[in-house]
Amino acid sequence: MMARLFFSQLWAVLWKDIRYELRSKQTWIGMGMFALLVLVIFNFTFDLHASTVTSIAPGALWVAFIFASLLGLGRTVAAEREQGMLDRLLLTPVDRKAIYLAKLLGNLLFIGVVEIIALPVFAILFNLPIWQGTTLLALIPIVLLGALGIAAVGTLFSVMAATTQAKELLLPILVFPLVVPVVISAVRATTLLLVPSVNEPPWVGLLIAFDVIFLSVSTLLFQYIVEE
Amino acid sequence: MALANQLPDAKGQPVQRRQSAQGQSRWPLVSLILGGLTAITLSLSLWMIFFYTPVDALQGVTQRIFYFHVPTAWVGMLSFIILAVCGIIYLFKADERLDWLARAAAEVGVVFLTITLILGSLWGKPIWGAWWVWDARLTATLILWFMYVGYIMLRSYMGPGSEGARAGAVIGIIGAIDVPIIYLSVNWWRGQHPAAQLNPKGDLPPQAVITLLVALVAITLLYAFMMVQAYQLQRLQALAQQLRASVE
Repeated sequence: MMARLFFSQLWAVLWKDIRYELRSKQTWIGMGMFALLVLVIFNFTFDLHASTVTSIAPGALWVAFIFASLLGLGRTVAAEREQGMLDRLLLTPVDRKAIYLAKLLGNLLFIGVVEIIALPVFAILFNLPIWQGTTLLALIPIVLLGALGIAAVGTLFSVMAATTQAKELLLPILVFPLVVPVVISAVRATTLLLVPSVNEPPWVGLLIAFDVIFLSVSTLLFQYIVEE
Repeated sequence: MALANQLPDAKGQPVQRRQSAQGQSRWPLVSLILGGLTAITLSLSLWMIFFYTPVDALQGVTQRIFYFHVPTAWVGMLSFIILAVCGIIYLFKADERLDWLARAAAEVGVVFLTITLILGSLWGKPIWGAWWVWDARLTATLILWFMYVGYIMLRSYMGPGSEGARAGAVIGIIGAIDVPIIYLSVNWWRGQHPAAQLNPKGDLPPQAVITLLVALVAITLLYAFMMVQAYQLQRLQALAQQLRASVE
């Protein structure tokens, strides 16, 4: 009974965010264009040859994803704060964990959609061999797991940074250092898909472990930063 | 001060009177004793580092950086642990003094960690031939430094109040969990980087060990002395803000 209530609360908040975004479409389009432009800029900053592309491309992809994610995270929560919506949400008798998880799933959905769209474009622009066999099927879980790790920490800190004047500046400064383990394991897992190598730690397993740690700690701590 | 003594806290009790009375009587004495001990041990430590301990056969004079680098690194990390522990306790028991201690730990800790990074670079250039390598320890220390800076920036942007204190506590806790994970993941990422290079403790002569121990004690005392000062500063700042709020 409690679990059903929790999930119905979670779904209500999540569905509100999805409808809001479907009507405005600002965040999705903005993030998508941003990720694409980062990839284009990378094309000019690194001289990409067929021999170097597989070692550079995973890094380029993840830099684009991380920057785009932070842009989106900053926007979704800032909109809530500006309209005073978060305060009203907190007045309702909804479990704080449900609010956090709904916000997290909303952010993950935005980031995930952008990434899934950006991935084929990225493969075409960089001439990456991800179409062969199961590479693409293996790449999508890695991309989503990486997005989950970034969104777990990012959602928590975007709520924190949204109360300050310098939120756009503060969010990356707080989040970038914390997501280093997720970034390392996601980039290594992506690279290994393109260029297999021996004697590597199980990066996908580590990525899942980091996600679980960040997710549980953030879920537990969220209630303290929204409490009044 | 007279006005401060009349300020009630949230529960309407004159807590301020007790705190400021304690602060006036106890802290200057603690500060004086710590300051005196720091001056004595630090002078002894400087003499030992530059005259007592022998010159390293391989690294020469550069090796003496080690006696400053290790103690400052130790207190730089100790300070973040203090910050995180204060954060955990603060979330259960919202005591203002814990928050002052956490802020003091951040401000003093970042200074020591900055010195650690600079000294390490100065040592690395002649010994490793590079100012910086992306080793696990170096990377984790740099990330820790970023967390200190992020903490201080967030606190100054959020201003006084319990909201900022709770946000700071959350950063402290997540940071304390994250730094060991970063250390491990960089270690796996870099594979077998010569970590022993960083750790020239293997066959130190007894003089060097004693010098290092004295330096550790001296820098830890210096840290404690600075923590008392920074804590007092935080306390007085909070008091001044309360006074200003009561006037406005």
